[in-house]
Amino acid sequence: MPGLTQGSALSEQNEKVLSPRQMALRRFVSHKAAVVSCIIIGVLALFVILAPFTARYGVNQSVQAPPNSFLSPRSNAWLGTDDIGRDLYSRLIYGVRVSLLIGLASAVISVTLGALVGAVAGFRGGKFDDILMRVTDLFLAFPFLVTLLVVRNVLGGLPWLKPLTGEMNSVRFIIVLFSIFGWMGVARIVRGQVLSLKEREFVEAARAVGASRRYIITRHLLPNSVGPIMVALTFSVVGSIIGESTLAFFGYGPQAGDGATSLGILVGAAKGAVQTGFWWLAVFPCLMLIIVALSINFIGDALRDATDPRLDRGA
Amino acid sequence: MTEKVLEIRDLRVTFETPSGPLEAVRGVDLDVSAGELLGVVGESGSGKSVTFLATMGLLPARARVTGSVLLAGEQLIGASNKYMRSVRGRLLSMIFQDPLSALNPVHRIGNQIAEMLQSHQDLSKRDAEKRAIELLDIVGIPQPSERATQFPHEFSGGMRQRVVIAIAIANNPKVLIADEPTTALDVTVQAQILEVIERVQERFGTAVVLITHDLGVIARVADRVNVMYAGRNVEQGTIDSLFDHPSHPYTRGLLASLPEPGKQRLKPITGFPPNMLNPPKGCAFHTRCEYAAEVCKLDLPELQTFGDLQTACVRAKELPKAESRV
Amino acid sequence: MLRYILRRLAWSVPTLLLVTFLVYIALRIGTNPVESYKRVNPRASRAKIQQYIDVNGLDPNFIQGYFKWLKNFITGDWAPSIKGRREVWPALKDAMANTLRLGIAATVVGIFFGLIFGVLAALRPGGRRDVFINTSAFVGISIPPFISAILLQLLFAVYWQRWFGFSLFPTSGVYPAGHTGFDLFLMLKFMALPTIIVAIQIIATYSRYMRSSLLDVLNSDYMRTARSKGISERRILIKHGMRNALIPVVTIAALDVGSIVGGLIITENIFSYPGMGLYFLKSFGEGDFPLLMPWMVVIVASILLFNLIADISYAWLDPRIRLE
Repeated sequence: MPGLTQGSALSEQNEKVLSPRQMALRRFVSHKAAVVSCIIIGVLALFVILAPFTARYGVNQSVQAPPNSFLSPRSNAWLGTDDIGRDLYSRLIYGVRVSLLIGLASAVISVTLGALVGAVAGFRGGKFDDILMRVTDLFLAFPFLVTLLVVRNVLGGLPWLKPLTGEMNSVRFIIVLFSIFGWMGVARIVRGQVLSLKEREFVEAARAVGASRRYIITRHLLPNSVGPIMVALTFSVVGSIIGESTLAFFGYGPQAGDGATSLGILVGAAKGAVQTGFWWLAVFPCLMLIIVALSINFIGDALRDATDPRLDRGA
Repeated sequence: MTEKVLEIRDLRVTFETPSGPLEAVRGVDLDVSAGELLGVVGESGSGKSVTFLATMGLLPARARVTGSVLLAGEQLIGASNKYMRSVRGRLLSMIFQDPLSALNPVHRIGNQIAEMLQSHQDLSKRDAEKRAIELLDIVGIPQPSERATQFPHEFSGGMRQRVVIAIAIANNPKVLIADEPTTALDVTVQAQILEVIERVQERFGTAVVLITHDLGVIARVADRVNVMYAGRNVEQGTIDSLFDHPSHPYTRGLLASLPEPGKQRLKPITGFPPNMLNPPKGCAFHTRCEYAAEVCKLDLPELQTFGDLQTACVRAKELPKAESRV
Repeated sequence: MLRYILRRLAWSVPTLLLVTFLVYIALRIGTNPVESYKRVNPRASRAKIQQYIDVNGLDPNFIQGYFKWLKNFITGDWAPSIKGRREVWPALKDAMANTLRLGIAATVVGIFFGLIFGVLAALRPGGRRDVFINTSAFVGISIPPFISAILLQLLFAVYWQRWFGFSLFPTSGVYPAGHTGFDLFLMLKFMALPTIIVAIQIIATYSRYMRSSLLDVLNSDYMRTARSKGISERRILIKHGMRNALIPVVTIAALDVGSIVGGLIITENIFSYPGMGLYFLKSFGEGDFPLLMPWMVVIVASILLFNLIADISYAWLDPRIRLE
């Protein structure tokens, strides 16, 4: 309207103006749970990287001369021992190491894949987009475990995939499996983001001056989707770690052939320990999985709040 | 002067924000007489909406409200929730800016009007619905009995605003507060809505407070005008005297920036509205005022009678006379 | 409306065919049914194997085989299971009944409490109650169901017995071994733990949905209009708030069968509860194609059905949606 400057009295700050990134950082830090989670994950990461020093025994090493099976927690085995006398504390460190590796590797692969597919689908629309949405709908509508098991067996049942996937009970196979699973969720998120960005002025402007598709996708659309992609990456790490545990729990996980272990294998062993009352074998691996899953989820949640200022979640 | 229905005295509203307390309304005095149409004009953030949301008791709980608001002699500030509920919709009604989102999408129009009637009058459902149809007719909606059974999404923006007005006047309130009722509408529809409001005012003798940032709207319908700036009332008077010889520099600036036939260039007010977290000392307008002097930075100026206007400017007497616009 | 439903139902037939075809291929590759048969019946004659292949539609050509399977499936000529040569339908029927019972119990409990908690949280956003509910829900969805199942089992089945001398909740089956007939109390007791496990997930999920949906609604303009009418807070919340907030929640609920079934599968396995989940895991582990295919058909059909229910309830709740 004539003469009247529009704009809220609040927005005209004369003081220093924070960049979006600084504001995101500030919002993230205000999430106490997320900061604590970061510290927990940091400590865990340090422990598993330095596993040879932090673990008290080798992954497959018995605690002392027999009888050493099913020892309850004590000074020479802080968290007790398992059926063949291995130290649970040390095995947990090695297990988390493998699980974090699986989580990170498959998350990076699936997010990269998903971001590209989602960006192209959202940008081009049309048939490609339709088919993508149909396929992901189908996968997401099915019960997760059913799809996971069936796809796992299909991957394992195709001989020409062997060079890529390795043996069905290898860690590599698990990573490939979760990469195949993970990209769909990411693709949907990025697609949605791109669809809304596509209508924004700066993209229209780029298109108006004749920028190429690839230029617009890589220079405008993807950088502006960094927030959601980071969030997806975080949740994808948890998804894979829990997924691995679920598979292992039902006996379809990586095999502990040479004594290597993972959170899933340890949790899977917990199932057998319940009825016999060796509580430490059930409680500690479960607690560890809960801690890892919760911490990463908290970080993801805080990232989402931090990178999406429109979401005012009140809390 | 006729009887005053609404008397606001020293109203202050403070919001607690993460960056500290924000005083959005800083001591507003304002009267509404029975049956008049009072225009309240100001920029976004000047506190004009907050003043009346506080009057209605519709501010969120984190807002601190002090001062006095008398509605027909009854104190509203600090009144019980129950009393405020009985006031809202019966003595005081409010129309909001965006008619597209002001109506509940899942309930029928007739039902939404009837709800207003039934919550304050002892009416049967049938009578309330019959009355709702009459109200739709009053606000100029054709085929009211069919329209009453429809949902909001089946109405255009202008039609929805008529429905909102019908809801607001259902219980024949003493004061109808219209917060930017035409801002979201097309220009042609704006005129129709203003007509409806005027018609209602004349027919039922309702006092209307028209909040807007559009001086053109004010000029068309208001009897008296209140100009607000940075949470304060800076000038008030009848529409004729205010447009004829505005005295406060802010009002002058507003009028100078209005387009009119034959005018070559508009003269905007320079600068930005103040940051209300940390408003300037003294007169809040001095940072943008071409007549500002040292004295303006000292105290908050109070409203003083100056001719037929009341103006909150310590230098009002010294300023050159503004050119007439009427 | 009726025409819409009929058209959707008609459309779901090709969808069902396409998806079961994909499932058929996936199971052919993933479980290798012919090998499974030979593994269980190592001394089966060539004719026996051929008969097994014929009745299950396991021809080398997938398309031909699928239609053969389809014809036998529709005409009710179902092959018996590989292991034990049992009839499939009675087993599937029992599993469905057990899962329905558990699933409905958990869903009703879960959605009821989930919605209540969500509303309580949304009424005072940022308050202590909200933070507590929201954080608990967050923890709830972060913990995979098999973890809570293990821990609850350890607590209620094993240690409860050790500490108090009796077991509070049994941890496996529908009835104790050897029990016959119907006994509601016993059944409820056996269902308690699995129901809680599945319900925790549902409560956590729905309290979050409900909270954010209601918060959106509470901040909307029409809620301000409702408040300006001077009607009571309760009426505002129920008539104007809940009615609108439930629209997205109901839709999500109907689309969510997949994840509820997922939770059931895991829980049933841990509690040896003889439902669809245990049925699936057992027959999948054994590569028992004759058992698996009908199970898949049931799951796909119910997903399609609930999708339709989601659309219908959406249109029913929201007058802005017209089903054409």
